[in-house]
Amino acid sequence: MIEVQGLTKRYGDFTAIRDVAFQVEKGEILGFLGPNAAGKTTTMRILTCFMPASAGTARVAGYDIFKESLEVRRNVGYLPENAPLYFDMRVRPYLEFVAKIKDIPGRDQSKAVKRVLGLCAIEHVQNQIVGHLSKGYKQRVGLAQALIHDPKVLILDEPTNGLDPKQINEVRELIKSLAGDHTIILSSHILPEVSKTCQRVVIINKGRIVASDTPLNLDARLRGSQSIAMQVRGPAKDVMNTLKSVEGVKEVKVQSSIGGELWRYELDVEPGKDVRPVLATTVVRSSWDLVELSTAAMSLEEIFLQLTTREEGVE
Amino acid sequence: MMQGLLAIWTREFRAYFISPIFYAISTVFIIIISVMFFQSLEYYQQIFMQAAQYPPLMERININEMIMRPMFNTMSFVAVLILMPMLTMRVFSEEKKTGTIELILTSPVRDWHVILGKFMAAFSLYAAMMGLTLIYPLVLQIYGDPDWGPIWTGYAGLLLMGASVITIGLFVSSLTENQIVSGVVCFGVALILWMLDFATDTIEGPLGEAIAYLSVTRHFDTFEKGVVDTTDLLFFVSFIFFGLFITVRSLESTRWRQ
Repeated sequence: MIEVQGLTKRYGDFTAIRDVAFQVEKGEILGFLGPNAAGKTTTMRILTCFMPASAGTARVAGYDIFKESLEVRRNVGYLPENAPLYFDMRVRPYLEFVAKIKDIPGRDQSKAVKRVLGLCAIEHVQNQIVGHLSKGYKQRVGLAQALIHDPKVLILDEPTNGLDPKQINEVRELIKSLAGDHTIILSSHILPEVSKTCQRVVIINKGRIVASDTPLNLDARLRGSQSIAMQVRGPAKDVMNTLKSVEGVKEVKVQSSIGGELWRYELDVEPGKDVRPVLATTVVRSSWDLVELSTAAMSLEEIFLQLTTREEGVE
Repeated sequence: MMQGLLAIWTREFRAYFISPIFYAISTVFIIIISVMFFQSLEYYQQIFMQAAQYPPLMERININEMIMRPMFNTMSFVAVLILMPMLTMRVFSEEKKTGTIELILTSPVRDWHVILGKFMAAFSLYAAMMGLTLIYPLVLQIYGDPDWGPIWTGYAGLLLMGASVITIGLFVSSLTENQIVSGVVCFGVALILWMLDFATDTIEGPLGEAIAYLSVTRHFDTFEKGVVDTTDLLFFVSFIFFGLFITVRSLESTRWRQ
């Protein structure tokens, strides 16, 4: 339903996204995960034809986003990070306006408005002024706006951002219930959020996709071990035993000799805990030379740390 | 196909009435024009009294020249320099600021439909305001005998000039998300277009003529006199088309730059 290939967006010298490529199957919910300023919004804006990419192509609902922009826009519902609401309008007239610009035929408009009012549970506020609604209701009106033309593809930029825990759960349930009929991409900077709602997760950092998998597999990768590379000058056997005794280290392997007493070691450590300072002091206390200490696959871990540390109070 | 255009037009038009801007602007406008009308009327009356004692003056008395022309002058000045920047400064700036521009630009509406819709909204509001001032020639009609020819052409000129300045406002507004900046720049451009008329005073020869040709007021003058010259008509029509065209381009380019 959505095919993205080599999407790149540059702003002058700054590259917001680089070579982004992924696919979303019909009826799937794809989570777009990454820290702030990773390029999530840029990617979504390109897919919704709000702005073009500097390079690369994408097809949404079978249409090319550059050559068949109008068709793409007809088939995409988009909820930007800040719901695009006219604060001085009332809810119902606002949705009627959106129905018109989404090119819904005149006779179907009131039906469409009625449908989304029910779907997003906002019937009872339909005569209120949008600007007076609570954040949660504004978000629902925003969602209603994205759904009004029953689009094949839904693109939601941080749909639960700024909501309270109860509202977050409501919005999540709503999104889940939409999958199947709609293909959905939603972005988030919170890992638990996407693992609860999405079938597949794409992790993006600094404009590049760093991982793409199911939440379960990603979780396994995260829980699995992580490795640290070290170079220490000292008697290999003693070094190995000492390093092994450090808490959090699962296994120590000698990789290769570099010359003399200098050896390269590879350590398997428990993820989510930084044992590097402890390793360093241990080596120095034993009066060996610490020549190198680095983590392999650090970027992913770092991102995960950033992603997992937030979200309090939900479930 | 035109549904999007109409929807944008009507939403925009209503938005003017929801916000206090319209009421403030039209009140100020009507007060200024009323003061002007009253003064012209007073002056006319004085001349008329003098003419009663000195009959040759009678020939110079003309309701259109003495009341309607100064009124048209004031109206064009107030409308172009003050009303227009205020009416158009928010058109795109506000949408950019609040993010509703994302809704508009990701909807299946063509860019020029968006712009035409917004143009029509501002223009119909402007036309309505001008319509309000028809009360003054009507008053003249009750108590005197004005010539309606120059009055109608004067209004036609006002509408054309207003439409031209609206396109400048739209264009400027499409460049920035700051309403104040948008208003000030539009005011500046309108003022320059206004002052170009004086170019002939300082710059001699064809260059001065060419610059003065670009002045909106110069082309409005003939309408005021009751003459519809195709040159002036062509000037305004091409001005409007050009203004709309660069606004469409500007909207397209914001998609590129953001």
